[in-house]
Amino acid sequence: MSSNVIKLGTAALLLGTLAAIPVARAQWFGGKDAKAVPVQDVTDMLHAVMAADRAVYTQRVVNRLQNEEKVITADEHFGDKKALPLPAQMFRFGAEKVAESTTKFSYSLLSLWPVNRQNAPRTAMEKEGLKFVAENSGKNFYGEETLGGKKYFTAVYADVAVSPACVSCHNGHPDSPRTDFKLKDVMGGVVIRVPTN
Amino acid sequence: MGIPRTLMLWLLWTALTVPIGLVVLAVVVYGGNRSFLLIGKTTSGHHQIELACDACHTSLFGGREVLHDACVNCHGAELRAANDTHPKSKFTDPRNADRVAILDARNCVTCHQEHRPRITRAMGVTLPDDLCFNCHQEIASERPSHRGLAFTSCASAGCHNFHDNRALYEDFLNKHAGQPAQLESQRVALADFLRSRDNAIRVARPLGPADADAPASHAGDAAILADWAADAHAGAGINCTGCHTGKAEPERWIAAPRIASCGNCHANEVRTFTEGKHGMRLREGLMATREGPFGLFTASTLAQMTPAEARLPMKRDAAHNSLGCGSCHSAHRYDTTFARAEACAGCHDDPHTKAYFASPHYTLFKREAAGLAPRGTGVSCATCHMPTTEVRASDGSRSAYATHNQNDNLRPNEKMVRSVCANCHGLQFALDALADPKLIADNFNGLSSVHVESIEWAQRRLRERSNRRAQGAPQ
Repeated sequence: MSSNVIKLGTAALLLGTLAAIPVARAQWFGGKDAKAVPVQDVTDMLHAVMAADRAVYTQRVVNRLQNEEKVITADEHFGDKKALPLPAQMFRFGAEKVAESTTKFSYSLLSLWPVNRQNAPRTAMEKEGLKFVAENSGKNFYGEETLGGKKYFTAVYADVAVSPACVSCHNGHPDSPRTDFKLKDVMGGVVIRVPTN
Repeated sequence: MGIPRTLMLWLLWTALTVPIGLVVLAVVVYGGNRSFLLIGKTTSGHHQIELACDACHTSLFGGREVLHDACVNCHGAELRAANDTHPKSKFTDPRNADRVAILDARNCVTCHQEHRPRITRAMGVTLPDDLCFNCHQEIASERPSHRGLAFTSCASAGCHNFHDNRALYEDFLNKHAGQPAQLESQRVALADFLRSRDNAIRVARPLGPADADAPASHAGDAAILADWAADAHAGAGINCTGCHTGKAEPERWIAAPRIASCGNCHANEVRTFTEGKHGMRLREGLMATREGPFGLFTASTLAQMTPAEARLPMKRDAAHNSLGCGSCHSAHRYDTTFARAEACAGCHDDPHTKAYFASPHYTLFKREAAGLAPRGTGVSCATCHMPTTEVRASDGSRSAYATHNQNDNLRPNEKMVRSVCANCHGLQFALDALADPKLIADNFNGLSSVHVESIEWAQRRLRERSNRRAQGAPQ
């Protein structure tokens, strides 16, 4: 009897220890499962940084120097014209730098009314997401898509005209398909993708 | 009972195969006569270094990515400077996965395969001419001017390039529309940054033959001393040991200083020389053989290029000249006027080179060389093929050097428009001239028989967009 109790006790201890290992691993060694940040939070956080930098450059650099103080212009061909890069170019240069350093996420700036047609939506989710954020003020769009055999969590955030520079440039550009943008209008969207497999 | 016949054959096979395999492996890894490893004729851009296999095949086990990295290692800076229209980052974006599945533009080797002579076209492109079709099928609906054009014509002269469109983008065409063929001011403005003979660096007391510090055993003859004393080096206080000794201690006399000695002072010129066809064999890190086990292989660099190995027509009596700095600049008389044209013609024997000496460009060069025309108004071989390049430091200061990579602006030839032609000619005139192969062979002796329509199309589109916008219609 006593030996059976010992055996049961040993078995219970062993099982309990085995069951506790993942929890302990997570607690002591920062295991993935217990502390993983939901992918949607990740894209929200990434976007918060992107949107802040984009707004600061647009308002405090381009709008101030080009529109208010009129000391320098911003131009697509900034090298040849000794001008500032456009806010959209600054954003894309950042995206290209990120693409050179990691494949853990990617992002792009797209629009239903792009000045450059290469920046029109291409995938079904891009089309759906850009339409959604344009029609639902203040809301983001999230979904999953498969591209090139890989699954992605895709988030789309509205890109809003934050300064008069955005409006005047897009309304006045000869290649812009829209000429009636107003301040605070949704002009496009930031698409962030995180591979999930 | 003897050894079975099958086993005997296996042993014989092994005895022959293993040593042969080891020899081949040693040649692959350490070097030697590797020509038997070439699986096809290399392109004209790489044949000079084809026996330094590891210049491109940096790993025995590498695939496309390894080759791509090797391409970028040599050509990356050039692509960045050209504002590459199709950078890799454009294709690593997952939204272009469907395009990449058709044409994997993330890797150079998708379009530029080596050792494939039968499918290799201009600029080492190994894809068919209509490759643009894969991503730009909709161009005719976006640009009415492009309706009916074949996709094989996208990269026609004066239209589009895959990488470098600095002289072809629409705003640039519009900005330079209507320029006259001959600009009012016709001179290479950057020439002012280069030191002229009259403006050379000079020490308070230029050195003379009596100051030569070569050891007695290497004092040289009077002609060498006279050449050196009359040259810019002596004027700047550079004595014999300045070039004929290295940095190693104790100081050791170097009878024939190599490129590294020149590079101690002329870093940009030497760097760009080793990037071009003349000097690429001297690029740092390129080896003919590497040090191997048991002293069987010793490290050695590639031999300097010779005209005999060139694929362009060369003069027979120059066939075995060895290409280093001294080939064009001579050993003790660094005559840049000679180096800018006569030196080229010393080896090159093609129609373009021969026609130069009857061209209006040469007439201008002679006038400048004779002091009859301002500096920068003459057009030598080097004016176009080794143009003056501006360097802007991070503090905003500007300087310039003559690039010695003669290939830098050669292909596609619209690369020459901004760095060279635009100094003297209108854009239309330059594009037309560069699009006419016969005129190029004649070294621009005459007028182009080709008319490039790019500027007119860009102007028409500008007018159409303005009209539509004025009428309030969508673009």
